[in-house]
Amino acid sequence: MTTSTDHVALRPGAYADSVALLQVSKDVAAVDGVLAAQVAMATELNREVIAQMGFELPDTTPNDMIVAIRLEDPSRLDAALAAVDAALAAASRRSDGEASVEDPPRTIGRALERGDAGLALVSVPGQYAAVEAMDALDAGRDVMIFSDNVPVEQEVALKNLAAERDLLVMGPDCGTAMVDGIGLGFANTVQPGPVGIVAASGTGCQQLMCLLDQAGVGMTAALGVGGRDLSVDVAALSTKQAMKRLDADEATELIVVVSKPPAEEVATDLRAFAEQLSTPVHFALLGKGQPDLTAAAEGVLAALGREVPEWPHWGAPAATPAPGQLRGLFAGGTLCDEAMLMTQDRLGPVWSNIPLDPAYALGADLQADGPLMIDFGDDEMTTGRAHPMIDPSLRLDYLARTAREAATSVILMDVVLGHGADADPAATAAPAIRDAIATAREAGRELAVVVACVGTQGDPQQLDRQAAALADAGAEVFLSNAQATRRALSLMGAAA
Amino acid sequence: MTSTHTPADGVVASGVSIFADALDAQAVPVSRVDWRPPMEGTADDLATVATDPLRVDANRRAAEAMMAVQATIVDVAPASEVLGLEKGQFLHAGPPLAWENASGPMRGALMGAAALEGLVNDPEDAEALFASGQSVSLEPCHHRSAVGPMAGVVSPSMWMWVLEDPTDGRRTYCSLNEGLGKVLRYGAYGPEVLERLRWMSDVLGPLLSKAVRGTEPVNATSILGQMLQMGDEAHNRNRAGTLMLMRDLAPAMVTSGADAADIAKVFEFMGGNDHFFLNIAMPACKLALDAARGIEGSTMVVAMARNGTEFGIQTAGTGDEWFTGPAQIADGLYLGGYGPDDANPDIGDSAITETAGIGGFAMATAPAIVRFVGGSVPDALATTRRMREITLAENDRWPIPVLDFMGTPTGIDVSKVCRTGVLPQINTGMAGRVAGTGQVGAGLVTPPAEIFPKALAALAARTRARQS
Repeated sequence: MTTSTDHVALRPGAYADSVALLQVSKDVAAVDGVLAAQVAMATELNREVIAQMGFELPDTTPNDMIVAIRLEDPSRLDAALAAVDAALAAASRRSDGEASVEDPPRTIGRALERGDAGLALVSVPGQYAAVEAMDALDAGRDVMIFSDNVPVEQEVALKNLAAERDLLVMGPDCGTAMVDGIGLGFANTVQPGPVGIVAASGTGCQQLMCLLDQAGVGMTAALGVGGRDLSVDVAALSTKQAMKRLDADEATELIVVVSKPPAEEVATDLRAFAEQLSTPVHFALLGKGQPDLTAAAEGVLAALGREVPEWPHWGAPAATPAPGQLRGLFAGGTLCDEAMLMTQDRLGPVWSNIPLDPAYALGADLQADGPLMIDFGDDEMTTGRAHPMIDPSLRLDYLARTAREAATSVILMDVVLGHGADADPAATAAPAIRDAIATAREAGRELAVVVACVGTQGDPQQLDRQAAALADAGAEVFLSNAQATRRALSLMGAAA
Repeated sequence: MTSTHTPADGVVASGVSIFADALDAQAVPVSRVDWRPPMEGTADDLATVATDPLRVDANRRAAEAMMAVQATIVDVAPASEVLGLEKGQFLHAGPPLAWENASGPMRGALMGAAALEGLVNDPEDAEALFASGQSVSLEPCHHRSAVGPMAGVVSPSMWMWVLEDPTDGRRTYCSLNEGLGKVLRYGAYGPEVLERLRWMSDVLGPLLSKAVRGTEPVNATSILGQMLQMGDEAHNRNRAGTLMLMRDLAPAMVTSGADAADIAKVFEFMGGNDHFFLNIAMPACKLALDAARGIEGSTMVVAMARNGTEFGIQTAGTGDEWFTGPAQIADGLYLGGYGPDDANPDIGDSAITETAGIGGFAMATAPAIVRFVGGSVPDALATTRRMREITLAENDRWPIPVLDFMGTPTGIDVSKVCRTGVLPQINTGMAGRVAGTGQVGAGLVTPPAEIFPKALAALAARTRARQS
């Protein structure tokens, strides 16, 4: 025998659709003291359902609304009916009108369908990058892939498909590009002009752009192709595509190809390809026995019949440092490579996390008895943290540690400006340099700090302002990384 | 200078935000992708499929083939005639299923159908018959160009809608809708269920057949387009479609010479069953999707179907292979005193509507349905837009007024589902877990996520095999 109380009432003329009423029933059934509830239009089916629940029903028409409630105790009726009213009111309530706000697109493909963007920039983890990049190619758009660790077979597949569709894949592992005056990735602000750059090296490209800008020569574009493009596997697929683009561009009077030395057969093929173009091509291939980036920039100026300016430098000459070792602390991989190439000719093999000779690979402690240069932007150093162009802490910690070591004589650093980079690198680097010099001095040693500051006046950080702040901290500052390296080597020579 | 497109018009950025910020600083319009890692273990297969040279064209052809189909209603006839179904043969919803794995409502429906066909006198006796496997066989509706809602059980004496693509004569089939509540497709098999089915075979089927044969072929695809503008999403809400069908068939039915009382009963039955048109919407969707089958390289889903135990999908690029996983319980509202413990896992071929871009995909056009999970109108709009993230196209034949006549999101892309983790949204009814119960509620459900990586792996394997 049940002790519960049933309440059955009709609400003639009331109407809500069955879905709304299911929600109302659910809400009412959840009220404390309500054992069961069904609020429904009196259709045959609903009458049956309510009857099956054990309620006794009066005669109805299908246009009646039935409210059937089973209560633990009659005193709960008012609360239950209040819940019916509230739930019915809620069921007919209008929303807050947030409907117009659309969720952001989940794929590049969808983003390109939803808007009319002209290019895609991919910086998702490398294993996923090819899929995102394909969306751009499928939509007939060029794509820049900043991501590294993209499997090489995926890179080749992407670039083959892009070539078939006359599209350009910039990357993977492309840090810098400039297209139609817009900087992509880590990019310096340069003036428009006659030079079109194709670069398989991010900071190499930035150095070249900044030197040319300094010399008053502007650029039509800087098209990155990724560090592996000139390998045998990839066979310069993007380099050729980029060269074709620049060749077709009337504003481009000279094409400059910046890269580490390509595989021999790729280089041969590329030179033959360049000869078919109507625009002259200047190759700036870095490596042992090759011109450095600054010499390459000077070669470009010569090819254009322009005068080579005196490259700017800031700061008073450093005091002769105590004898010891050269330490290079880089954010840019190509700048580190360039410094190592120049250094090994003078000081012998350079220890590094990206050594020119694998026999001189640094251990995890990053210590060596000899010339040492670290690329803090290398993949292994950036796992789980931002690139040193964005987050300077790891590199500046190492600077402080190196300054305390008696063996340290000269420190060579780069500071790279531009879009995407630290908004004010000197704000942290200058005090760190000042402290480093002071630390050594307290220990009775002179320590020289030489900085290559790669940037332009047009950059958000402003080259002059950054260089002046670094110089004020006691560093000698150069726009040219080659000149900075040469200065560091000369200080080493003076110290010896 | 790089191409006809310039980043000055805008850049789409996917990944770390600093580069998007840098573009903002240059006053370049930036569209930021809400990128998230894809479903686990899919990275390599996604890349293989993405760089498959066949994919783009194959998917374009699949979507166009599907959207071009005009399904017309050409006949109503017994399954024994149009499907060649013989005594002891039963069709069921979803991917292939053995009796021992069948759920309560599937067993209930099969038992009722066995009694309907006279294989047993009492439906309860059919359990032993099916368990023995002697003289009975089970086969998916989809393997016979048919679809069936919920249990989807078809036996030889049941009358079927026959839909045809007039351009090539292809046909699809579906049984007649019984209404809601205690009905066979929800697993009920009581005397009233069998009595209704007998009336459907004796009176409803023959009369509909006369009406269809006496009328110019009714264009079901066109009715679908109209009903979407009238608050139906053609899966859980088919009111307008049902009324339009009655409108089109009424003259021929009235002049058929049949008994006036029977005609009145048929109209009463159709008019009292808001889901009557569902059994036309489903084969219309299947007819369209079947046009996209067998396109090598296409990653488009051509069938989603559930048998009450497993949820299965087929794709345009993988032939008749099913990719299956456990069917889920719907999230929704319950009839009477029923609750989640009473519900059977997802069942029915009716997800063919979502596969074709309506049902849950057209939620925006039927906002009432979103209340199944206590949602709001903005939720309905968001659902349709979200489905666009995983589909290949918009079907301009089926525009949604409230979304400024955007076509329904159409052509589920296995690859996009794996990339985004967004699962197709299905509107569904819920059958009781216990055989004989009938409907216990309705709600929203998604496929089990793992079937999409399975399908993707098969697509990637075919791509690799082609390239090696």
